[in-house]
Amino acid sequence: MRHFFASLVAASTAVLIFAGGLVTSTESGLSVPDWPTTYGYSMFTFPLSKMVGGIRYEHTHRLIASTVGFLIVMLAIWLWRTEPRAWVRRLGYIALGAVITQGVLGGITVLFFLPDPISIAHASLAQIVFSLTMTIAVVTSPGWMRAYSTHGPAPDDRRLQRIAIVTAAVVYVQIIVGATMRHTGAGLAIPDFPLAFGQLIPPQWDEKIAIHFAHRIGALIASVCVLATTAHVFYHHRGRRELVRPSILLLVLVATQLTLGALTVLSHKDVLINSLHVVTGGCVLATSVVLALRAHRARFAAASIAGSTGAGSTEQDPAYTVGVPSRGHA
Amino acid sequence: MNVLIRSTSLILGLTLAGAAAACGGESAAPGTAAPAATAVTNPVDPATAGTITGSVKLDGKPPAAATINLSSDDYCAQQGPKTTRAFVVDGDGLQNVFVYVKDGLGNLKFPVPTTPVVLDQKGCWYEPRVSGIQVGQPFNIVNSDETLHNIHALPMNNREFNRGQRLKGEKYTTVFTTPEVMVPFKCDVHKWMNAWIGVLPHPFYAVSGAGGSFELKGLPPGTYTVEAWHEKLGTQTQMVTIGAKESKPITFTFKV
Repeated sequence: MRHFFASLVAASTAVLIFAGGLVTSTESGLSVPDWPTTYGYSMFTFPLSKMVGGIRYEHTHRLIASTVGFLIVMLAIWLWRTEPRAWVRRLGYIALGAVITQGVLGGITVLFFLPDPISIAHASLAQIVFSLTMTIAVVTSPGWMRAYSTHGPAPDDRRLQRIAIVTAAVVYVQIIVGATMRHTGAGLAIPDFPLAFGQLIPPQWDEKIAIHFAHRIGALIASVCVLATTAHVFYHHRGRRELVRPSILLLVLVATQLTLGALTVLSHKDVLINSLHVVTGGCVLATSVVLALRAHRARFAAASIAGSTGAGSTEQDPAYTVGVPSRGHA
Repeated sequence: MNVLIRSTSLILGLTLAGAAAACGGESAAPGTAAPAATAVTNPVDPATAGTITGSVKLDGKPPAAATINLSSDDYCAQQGPKTTRAFVVDGDGLQNVFVYVKDGLGNLKFPVPTTPVVLDQKGCWYEPRVSGIQVGQPFNIVNSDETLHNIHALPMNNREFNRGQRLKGEKYTTVFTTPEVMVPFKCDVHKWMNAWIGVLPHPFYAVSGAGGSFELKGLPPGTYTVEAWHEKLGTQTQMVTIGAKESKPITFTFKV
């Protein structure tokens, strides 16, 4: 039940990111000039009849954000009351702190007229919140609890663990570069695709062109990382459904994301395409995090076993007695 | 798992530290009180003051006005169809061009009018679209519509502000503290609403009207740089010398 609820929270966070993407894509971020009120009304009593023009996007984003915030409060309380693993409880607290901070950043960016650093931080922290809720959903899932042991012990493949972590990190950096490009107005700094001003390397440079080109290069690097990780999974762990499934999803998402990125340029930043590009980027990150977590499942078990027998640890988690640590490939 | 917790905390911390470090230096919205007019003797002698008269012409065919989609606000849609207003042409005259004395007044100081300049939100348009004001002169922004507007000023040298006006008849008064040509305004609720105001330390400005005509009255004899600004076509300047009681005609021609 907690897993289902955590999954619901993660899904609602993805919806929130899409709504936030719409706000930026429609340039509606300042259509409601006050915060936390909306034109002097309490956020929850603002009349629907007054939701006109850009207010529809901004105020809807605020309402969804409030709902997600409430859901994360519920999740954190639920984990605090029922979760035996201290580190999972802590994840709940961190998610709660992150979503509160995210709300404050959203307010500050409105009150200070969308300064780029705050808007970029707001966009980047959103993806952290999404990944945190996804992480909680994963570690409360039945599969995680039984250490994905249906087809034998979870593999402890150090190489996979390393490249999965690197992939998630690269994807996150790419998201930050994308957010920087988006909030500094560099989305069309290079107006053609796949070339840049008709050439492989832009013949002219300024700050916006550099940011835009960095995002394209970042897409290439992230794609290579994803290919390396998924290829490793398919070659060494093809029998592990918990690894193969997110790998397939990751490939589909990356292909979709590359297509959306190209279409964003070619459509001159169509609102829907642009916003889908934002949320798909979040899904790529969340999926790479899921894959990294599952790749580390055996190590969680090993740490738990070591912790439960070592001095100073009081955590007893019977779910963590399954993993068989090894350094070889499965 | 501790590594997971620590890593997450680190990423969160770095994200927020970066944001906090970059957040400084923002300024608050300007005050709402309009100061009294500064008591400065008018340096212009009416007995010798001259005039620059002229017109702004458009050479070429302006882009066709595009129909604006008003579906995002029923009230605005009920005010009738709208088309873009970047080019308002009367014959061969171009309207909504801000013409002003850019240079030549030296260190002369001029009294600041106490009569406010008004920017009205009416029929889901800004009225007027282009106007001028003196530094320190009261500036009233009024909502005459039965819908919400936000007034978002985007100056480079003055303080940025963004105010909401949800009720008909609401008024916001402010002043500009620094000369700036032009200060743009936009409504983020209704994307088609744009306005510009030229902020000057003197009263020698005009906005071209019917037939593209304008007039700069009461200028002391001298040589001036006169600039014409259009929202799409940029700026043009001319040097003009006027003698005592002289009326000097000039013409700006913008090409499209």
